[in-house]
Amino acid sequence: MDFELSEEQVLLKDSIDRFVKDNYGPEDRIKLSQTELGFSRDHWKTMAELGWLGMAFSEEAGGFGGGAVETMIMMESMGRGLVLEPFVSTVLLGGALVAEAGNADQIEAIIPEIIEGNLMMSFGYAEAQSRFNLNDVETTASKSGDGYILNGTKAVVYHGGTADKIVISARTSGASRDADGISLFIVDSNAAGLDIRSYATVDGQRAADVRLENVTVPASALIGAEGVASPVIEKVIDGAIGAICAEAVGAMAAANEITNEYLKTRKQFGTAIGKFQVLQHRMVDMYMEAEQSKSMSDMVAMKLDLGYADDTRKAVSAAKAQIGKSAKFVGQQSVQLHGGMGMTDEYSIGHFFKRLTTIEMLFGNTDFHLNRFSNL
Amino acid sequence: MDLSFTDEEVAFQSEVREFLEANLSADVKDRYSRGIHFSKEAQERWQRVLNDKGWLAPNWPVEYGGTGWTATQKYIFAQEMGRASAPPPMPFGVSMVAPVIYTFGNQEQKDYYLPRILKSEDWWCQGYSEPGSGSDLASLKTKAVRDGDDYIVNGQKIWTSHAQHANLIFCLVRTDGDVKAQEGISFLLIDMNTPGITLKPIIGLDKEHTLNEVFFDDVRVPISNRIGEENKGWTYAKFLLGNERTSIARIAQSKLRCEHLREVAAAERVNGGLLQDDIDFMRKLNQIEVDLMALEYTELRMLSKIEHGETLTAEPSLLKIKGSEIQQRLTELLVESLGMYGAAYEALEVREGRNDQNFAPDYAHGPMAEHLYLRAATIYGGSNEIQRNIISKMVLGL
Ligand SMILES: Cc1cc2nc3c(=O)[nH]c(=O)nc-3n(C[C@H](O)[C@H](O)[C@H](O)COP(=O)(O)OP(=O)(O)OC[C@H]3O[C@@H](n4cnc5c(N)ncnc54)[C@H](O)[C@@H]3O)c2cc1C
Repeated sequence: MDFELSEEQVLLKDSIDRFVKDNYGPEDRIKLSQTELGFSRDHWKTMAELGWLGMAFSEEAGGFGGGAVETMIMMESMGRGLVLEPFVSTVLLGGALVAEAGNADQIEAIIPEIIEGNLMMSFGYAEAQSRFNLNDVETTASKSGDGYILNGTKAVVYHGGTADKIVISARTSGASRDADGISLFIVDSNAAGLDIRSYATVDGQRAADVRLENVTVPASALIGAEGVASPVIEKVIDGAIGAICAEAVGAMAAANEITNEYLKTRKQFGTAIGKFQVLQHRMVDMYMEAEQSKSMSDMVAMKLDLGYADDTRKAVSAAKAQIGKSAKFVGQQSVQLHGGMGMTDEYSIGHFFKRLTTIEMLFGNTDFHLNRFSNL
Repeated sequence: MDLSFTDEEVAFQSEVREFLEANLSADVKDRYSRGIHFSKEAQERWQRVLNDKGWLAPNWPVEYGGTGWTATQKYIFAQEMGRASAPPPMPFGVSMVAPVIYTFGNQEQKDYYLPRILKSEDWWCQGYSEPGSGSDLASLKTKAVRDGDDYIVNGQKIWTSHAQHANLIFCLVRTDGDVKAQEGISFLLIDMNTPGITLKPIIGLDKEHTLNEVFFDDVRVPISNRIGEENKGWTYAKFLLGNERTSIARIAQSKLRCEHLREVAAAERVNGGLLQDDIDFMRKLNQIEVDLMALEYTELRMLSKIEHGETLTAEPSLLKIKGSEIQQRLTELLVESLGMYGAAYEALEVREGRNDQNFAPDYAHGPMAEHLYLRAATIYGGSNEIQRNIISKMVLGL
């Protein structure tokens, strides 16, 4: 057992830390998030050039064969700067689904393009009625000639507005909420019948609602066999949960550093506010939440690299429940300890609070994962 | 001890309810029930309706335009306002500066300002906090130096809510720098249009413009605009803060939020059923309602004390702490009720290049923005840490 990084992993971490330091100062991030795109295509190119977009893909697919630990390292560092580029959507969701269950042709057509930074993806799985239940799919795909016709609405598809291809989960058979009968389709974002409504999210990112009205896709758009996508979706989402847990760990570490520094420098009643014991204890609680979260994030990454079993799923939900709770506490208290400064959008701490707030909801909130943990 | 209302009080309750039903316009109600910041025009329109009925300022003494209601009637009125989703008047005039004016001001000031507040002719803002003086308000540095019949004011205020709508600001300024901090402060009423005053907006976490910086550069203020005595401003300021802390509990509004949450829980679908069938979720809501009920009866118990001539010490701090925490838990739960749609916090807003109209349910619009804004509820009006300090010192003698 070893929680230390290898030399190669340290290099990976350093390179992302440097990127974040150079490109993701608080003001850079605020400006970038307010552009129409919401992120930078130049940054995306840099990420491709530095090999980060290929890290999670196998060598056969043209990637570097990194595991969940490498993803964790990258996400934690990106979390420190609240990086906006659609890394999770493209690599860990869209790309991972293709890599996990796609056929050779699909992998060959898509993964190298992602790795080179030429193709962005996203994943539409949630629906208005589904909340966090991945099997609650009412979007339908019916066979028609050589292909399928898709109908339905997907909700809060992160980076759906900038993706070149969106993977859509749809029901080819069975009743709503059946695990059987769910299939995955690769849909071009310019397909006829696709209505993409893009909007800014509270965490400074972009998401979209995607309505499919008689969208026709060829049979070659189907990922894997028909009707058996549920386990694939669960596995890929669990990987992504590991990743955003790491992102939250990075964000919490940064928020705590900023807040800690503020306690030392902000003076009221003739002394640094960090001298007030109630604030000291609060800051200690925030520190402890961040440490507990880091342990869970490391644990889940290492577990994911050991294989994917019931025990892994349980660990993922445990990590998400722990980190959801901690993210909320650290986010809210960082604002509180900043007083009025915490409430302005022009200062960085509020942005950490907002991203930590959405991470708690993303892929199932704390209650959802506590339930999943107890049912597994 | 008796909890029941008399027949007269029941009749009064129906009167208020009927009046609100007949006179509260739908747009005002909708904004307020969603937790969206007011529009000045609509707020003013609503305040005029209340004032025409004579109900804008129930707490004022009758001679200045108050209603003369008993504590029970005031309670009933506040409850009915909440129940109807009727926004209370802007606090800065009616419940902050007005009591200072009628308690400590001179006749001329009372005659001039109070009717203008009732008629919504003046919009006030509160100039207390400064960049270096938040919790430690008494350390404030904005300076007023006498020059003939005027003071010359120099300095800066910050976090001034709604200053962009205001034509008047009540300000704490330092008139004596050589004494103990609390003893050199005066309370000035300043026209926002005086040369030398500039505003700079501060955009909040909810992307709204409610906060401002206000700069004073050689601003001339007639000495006659001072409330009470020179260097006695701290007394008036503290008097005002005590009032602020009571109204900040917002119990009626929180009750309304609970009801709204029940409606959302009855509409949100989860696992083929409804959110209202989710035990974990409903437990949280029920817990908040119980806490809110405890707060409500604590407030009533305090009102009863006041009715019987007792004076309160740090009780308003309790109301402020509990009330603000409940407000925050409620909007947090409201956001949670929306599932991932909480993330799309500008759900109904269409903005070129930023927001298309999405397919979220109508009630998804507002909660996240309100949740973000209300993080301030434990910061403004004296932070909750400061309130706890006050209770520990004044009540517990620690
Ligand atoms: C949305 C909003 C609206 C506002 N509107 C107005 C307005 O209209 N007019 C106006 O004048 N002001 C307004 N304020 C300012 C508000 O009153 C101050 O933010 C508040 O008094 C805290 O001051 P500060 O921001 O300087 O924080 P600080 O005083 O710097 O406090 C920072 C942190 O330290 C803690 N702290 C400070 N001292 C102690 C202590 N002794 N013991 C323990 N903890 C301590 C605080 O609780 C807080 O968590 C508003 C603020 C907000 C956020």
